[in-house]
Amino acid sequence: MSRLYVESASVLAPGLAGWPASRAVLAGERPYLAEPMPAPTATLLPANERRRTTGIVKLALHVAQEAMSRVDRNPWETRTVFASSGGDSEVLDKICTALTLPDRPVSPTHFHQSVHNTPAGYWAIATGCTQASISLSAYDGSVAAGLLEAAALALAEAAPVLLVACDLPLPFPLSERRPITAPFGMALLLTPQPVASRLAVLQVRPTVEPATPMDDAHLESLRLGNPAARALPLLRVIARPEQGRVVLGDDCGVAASVEVGP
Amino acid sequence: MLSASCEQDWVNMAIKPLAIAAYTVTNALGRGVSAALRALRRGESGLRPCDFEETDLNTWIGRVAGLEEEPLTGEFAAFDCRNNRLARLALEEDGFAAAVRDARARYGADRIGVFVGSSTSGIRSTEIAYRDRDPATGRLPESFDYRHTHNLFSVADLTRRWLGLNGVAFTVSTACSSSAKAFATAYRHMQTGFCDAAVVGGVDSLCLTTLYGFHALGLASTQVCRPWDAGRDGLNVGEGAGFALLEWAESGDARVRLLGYGESSDAWHMTAAHPEGAGAAQAMGEALARAGLAPEQVDYINLHGTATPLNDAAEDRAVLGVFGPGTPCSSTKGWTGHTLGAAGITEAVFTFLCLEHGFIPGTLNTRQPDPNLGAGIVLDNQERPLRVALSNSFGFGGTNCSLLFGRDRP
Repeated sequence: MSRLYVESASVLAPGLAGWPASRAVLAGERPYLAEPMPAPTATLLPANERRRTTGIVKLALHVAQEAMSRVDRNPWETRTVFASSGGDSEVLDKICTALTLPDRPVSPTHFHQSVHNTPAGYWAIATGCTQASISLSAYDGSVAAGLLEAAALALAEAAPVLLVACDLPLPFPLSERRPITAPFGMALLLTPQPVASRLAVLQVRPTVEPATPMDDAHLESLRLGNPAARALPLLRVIARPEQGRVVLGDDCGVAASVEVGP
Repeated sequence: MLSASCEQDWVNMAIKPLAIAAYTVTNALGRGVSAALRALRRGESGLRPCDFEETDLNTWIGRVAGLEEEPLTGEFAAFDCRNNRLARLALEEDGFAAAVRDARARYGADRIGVFVGSSTSGIRSTEIAYRDRDPATGRLPESFDYRHTHNLFSVADLTRRWLGLNGVAFTVSTACSSSAKAFATAYRHMQTGFCDAAVVGGVDSLCLTTLYGFHALGLASTQVCRPWDAGRDGLNVGEGAGFALLEWAESGDARVRLLGYGESSDAWHMTAAHPEGAGAAQAMGEALARAGLAPEQVDYINLHGTATPLNDAAEDRAVLGVFGPGTPCSSTKGWTGHTLGAAGITEAVFTFLCLEHGFIPGTLNTRQPDPNLGAGIVLDNQERPLRVALSNSFGFGGTNCSLLFGRDRP
């Protein structure tokens, strides 16, 4: 099975404010404290666009931008995979609410923002990247599916791939039927070519095994509380890249086995 | 502009062809490929004035008859919604599910991937749940099942369970290029060894979100849609589903093959296509490069051709830039409407039919081609053997995908 090199990683979630500040926490060298998540800045977006875009776009672009900021690689040569269970539920809630009102005043802006590839579209516009980009969902297996797609894309096309995974708590009343307890966003820059400066080396394949839990109870509840946080076991071994193996996924039957080495 | 490194990639980007081992399609033309083939051959549109439940819009739609009366039951009852009903209908046409069962016996359930495109999945269930909210508390009805209906994965999950598959599975959701990109994704997963065969498809069904959304954007025509026509004024939303089973092509295999794919991002605007069609041209160019074919070797282009003024103009520029005015091309949206996330698979299957039966469908409803457009638009059906054909799918967010299909012998 071919190798993938992790050139860069980023994360934004409660108590995980960027990779440099989170690495030691993920590695178990510092305790995890579930402090509120700092607001994503997504400074790549022009100010007027930043005002109009919704939370999930800002979160996705923020973690994508953080991952790219620490490598000498042009975003426009990097393919992208955006994984999210539910996409922009804030916008979907507004549309479904408008549809219950007289004359059904659906906002044209909300409608075009409702597509699952909206973060991908804004990322392409902000970076000028015209490369292939895939947006996908596999419910609680979305991160596993995203990692498999990113690996397949990087290996089959011999190209660097930025994987971005994000989910946000849903607004009421959807929140009652799809509880997501905390925001979570993360990104990994993967390349099939060996690079000297790397965080870890991965070998990825699909599996039907159960997911690897987190040892820390608070991080485990974060992992179970957000589909994108199903990436946490992988981020933990990237933060502490001894030889090991983790399984990402959940009960929906989409899972990825990842062998990790330094 | 293509970067130097990108051009260098093209030198070695040729792919191994994939055989289309089985396929099916269901939309406003009817259930299964024979209904589609008959309507395409006879020039009979499936479009009708909008009569979708609860709507009061002056537009035309492509609706699949009878979905309302055919619920999912038993172990699949949790998945019951318009979109999954449509998926199930399509899976049971043309012996498709049986062909996948045969493949499962050969490869194993873990070794067949499932990649389904959808833009809105079962959002109709959420629309209904919001309509029926408790007026006092605002809560949604107990019967509403978000995970198995509205969530994007629901349609891929139903598909894998219906077919008894256990390999990698997800929903590709890139608006109107979704189910075209499913082919590219399937190729990559097979090439990487994540699966040995793949079920690809697309399912999108009528809902108020898309009908009122396109209306709000001023993109829904009050008439039957007329791609490439001088008087075109918008699209008609349609619903549809289709699936294909992909396996590595054996040498001498006469079945239709996937020869190449190309994907790009416009990096231009969230809803408006790049005016010069730069992203579309990049996708078509990459599909040709992966197939190792020159533009003049393509016998027919099934256009995205939504019939909105700007989209058709941008695609025209892109086709002219890559192929010039000589390659016959047409849009089949006048038969089905724009089936959104299912457009890629719908038009891929139409392209298989064109290759297998040797004909080019015209551009239904279009009578006065726009003099400002220069691509080789075909208005009336033509009988002619085809060896290689391209299918285009583009979407909101500036997402583009082109697929090249061919057969060994005309």
